[in-house]
Amino acid sequence: MTLAAVVAAAMFAGVIVYALFAGADFGSGFYDLTAGGAQRGAAVRVLIDHSIGPVWEANHVWLIYILVMWWTGFPTSFAAVMTTLFIPLILALTGIVLRGASFAFRKYAATMAQARLFGAVFAGSSLITPFFMGAVAGAIASGRVPAEGYGDRIGSWVNPTSMVGGCLAVATSVFLAGVFLCADAARSGNVSLADVLRRRTLAVGIVAGATVFAGLYPIYHDAPVLAKGLLGRASPLLVVAAVAGSAAVMLVHRRRFSLARVFAALAVGTVVTGWGVAQYPWLLVEEVTISDAAGAPATLAGLLVVVALAVVLVLPALSYLLWLTQTEEWTRDVNG
Amino acid sequence: MVLTEVVTVLAVSGEPPGLLPARQQMAFSLGWHIILACFGVAFPAIIFVVHRRGIVHDDPVALTLAKRWAKVSAVLFAIGAVSGTVLSFEMGLLWPGLMGPFGDVLGLPFAFEGLSFFVEAIFLGIYLYGWNRMPPRRHLAMLVPMAVAGIVGTFCVVSVNAWMNHPAGFTIRNGEVTDVNPWAAMFNEGAVLQFLHMWIAAFMVVGLTVSGVYAAGLLRGRVDAHHRLGFRVPFTFATVAAVVQPFVGHLLGMRIHDTQPAKLAAFELAETTESPAPLRLGGVLIDGEVRWALAIPRLGSIIARNSWDAPVPGLDTVPRDEWPPVNITHLAFQSMVLIGTTLAAFTIVYWLARWRGWDLMSNRTFLRAAVVSGPLAIVAVECGWIATEVGRQPWTVWQVLLTEDAATMSDGVWWSFGGILVVYVGMTVGAYVVLRSMARRWRSGQEELPSPYGPPRSVRQQPGSTESARP
Repeated sequence: MTLAAVVAAAMFAGVIVYALFAGADFGSGFYDLTAGGAQRGAAVRVLIDHSIGPVWEANHVWLIYILVMWWTGFPTSFAAVMTTLFIPLILALTGIVLRGASFAFRKYAATMAQARLFGAVFAGSSLITPFFMGAVAGAIASGRVPAEGYGDRIGSWVNPTSMVGGCLAVATSVFLAGVFLCADAARSGNVSLADVLRRRTLAVGIVAGATVFAGLYPIYHDAPVLAKGLLGRASPLLVVAAVAGSAAVMLVHRRRFSLARVFAALAVGTVVTGWGVAQYPWLLVEEVTISDAAGAPATLAGLLVVVALAVVLVLPALSYLLWLTQTEEWTRDVNG
Repeated sequence: MVLTEVVTVLAVSGEPPGLLPARQQMAFSLGWHIILACFGVAFPAIIFVVHRRGIVHDDPVALTLAKRWAKVSAVLFAIGAVSGTVLSFEMGLLWPGLMGPFGDVLGLPFAFEGLSFFVEAIFLGIYLYGWNRMPPRRHLAMLVPMAVAGIVGTFCVVSVNAWMNHPAGFTIRNGEVTDVNPWAAMFNEGAVLQFLHMWIAAFMVVGLTVSGVYAAGLLRGRVDAHHRLGFRVPFTFATVAAVVQPFVGHLLGMRIHDTQPAKLAAFELAETTESPAPLRLGGVLIDGEVRWALAIPRLGSIIARNSWDAPVPGLDTVPRDEWPPVNITHLAFQSMVLIGTTLAAFTIVYWLARWRGWDLMSNRTFLRAAVVSGPLAIVAVECGWIATEVGRQPWTVWQVLLTEDAATMSDGVWWSFGGILVVYVGMTVGAYVVLRSMARRWRSGQEELPSPYGPPRSVRQQPGSTESARP
């Protein structure tokens, strides 16, 4: 494996983790949006506050990690994507800004009217971001970003593969969020809340699974390189995704939420990995390979130092945070 | 359609259409974010002091302050995190001509900054939600990695800006960037001093803004231990910062003579090279002539060169098409220096008076000045960034890359700038409304600030029932 491939793999690991963890944070916006009025929806919204409050900022930083690895390791391809996909990126960014700000504002809002406004912005913007991120992924994977940048600014992301990518990102995010929220509700002892979320999660899970596999059809016609990889080299991953996804839905059905999280994450993780494996060795499909896009070797070596530091410093701290949120002290409802 | 016409009018012929809006959008979003970034950098250390006092000295007043400041930082850090993300995107969206060719030269410090942002976000999450859920001392210790991450993060980000002023770590051969050494770029000669300047500025901004809030309370007659401590701790941080800052600024200013003479000439409003050079207070350059400036003989040489008679290079040494916008640079620079010096003197006055036995916390004039000092410190930071960024023009990377070559060729940037403006105005209003309402509820005796949509406390699940639903 070349230095460039190692850095690309480390960057793509960030994409997978971002899709899983930040995806779940974004996906919770769906349940917030559909929770009902102030009275009926209160329990779901408090659970969402409690569930994503301590972790969303840390999960968000994976995006920063991806961006800095990309522009440092593969600078010209970064510029090409940024100039071509200006519009969906700006829209995803708007979602990020509105989601983060209004989530923090809502928690400390003084009145119900304010909380309703911030809550609507939070929930709505939560779904915008994964859609446009998925559309960006679809544009790259279907070979619509020219190496020199400034590609078709509309057609690059308004196309079958981008739409599949966008819908898939939303569906998997919402499914993950549902499973995580069910587990959190059950762990805090709120059985009725877990049941409400369980029904929605089951429905979403079936839609998400259908989206993934139905999406293969438009991809087959629209993005031949990606389709060849998905049905060839990456096909074992898709099988794993299908099995793990079905298992996750079954486990949610049987109220084994904690275990269901593992399978849900495995399912979504393998779908995202499948995309990466399918388009390897292209960084921008049919335009630039990973090794052609790579920046200076000294910089790539420097990025390995960054990755090593991330493993040594960030992962233990992140594990500590995630572990804390699962402990009984943190599950207990203490204001703070 | 109107927009397109405006663009045509505003854009000088030959410029890429994205240049002007990209500049405006970058300046606006950076200028907005830098205030929040100051809080991210300096607030954890200040909270640490009151929180530690609360625990170690069993001081309920200090502990209450720490809890409230933690809640405030939850709001500020959230909008700081998202507005910082905007800047990350903008590096590529607005400046592809910089990031494409130079991404692997300047990117490494950004990658390290990403790590420190990670550390800060993780421990922020633990700290904010750790109240009453962790052993108190371990909970307090969570602030330490946040403060350290603030230092590392500031160094990394500012090091990239310093690199734009002092390009290093690459050579350009036949138009290609080669011999890339990202470490040399990261530790360029300007990095350490520029980092110190910004890191100290962050403590001035946060220290004076937070103490100003409590000065306002004292002015309204809320004279109690809470307000006095809330004033004193951040003010102490601000004092140390404000006193050290002029020295760091002076060292930086002397460096500019060697590295960016055009910027120095603009700072000093020096039309021609003079020896000894005067200091021109105020004034503007109109048609090549300096007007309405108050010239103090020799002071220019002393400040810029640390010498009685060393020459200060004038704009006559710079080709006309490489002049920065002189008046903006000059006035922004002098406003920063003026405000910074005033703030240093202001903080010293408080401690001198205290040493002589006068408590200025009961002096209304002093308190009014303290209220204004926070916004003034913010203005100084903005002026500093305007001075260094506008003063480097027309270059994005000093004498390597012109800003017009760095900017995007895309002509839709006015739309994104408009969108950013709307969203940021909304975010500012939202933060103001929420923070004000938090303060109001605290004053009325509520401490925990539960969300308005939460069910009544009695209905919520009790801790005892948590085991039942475990799989």
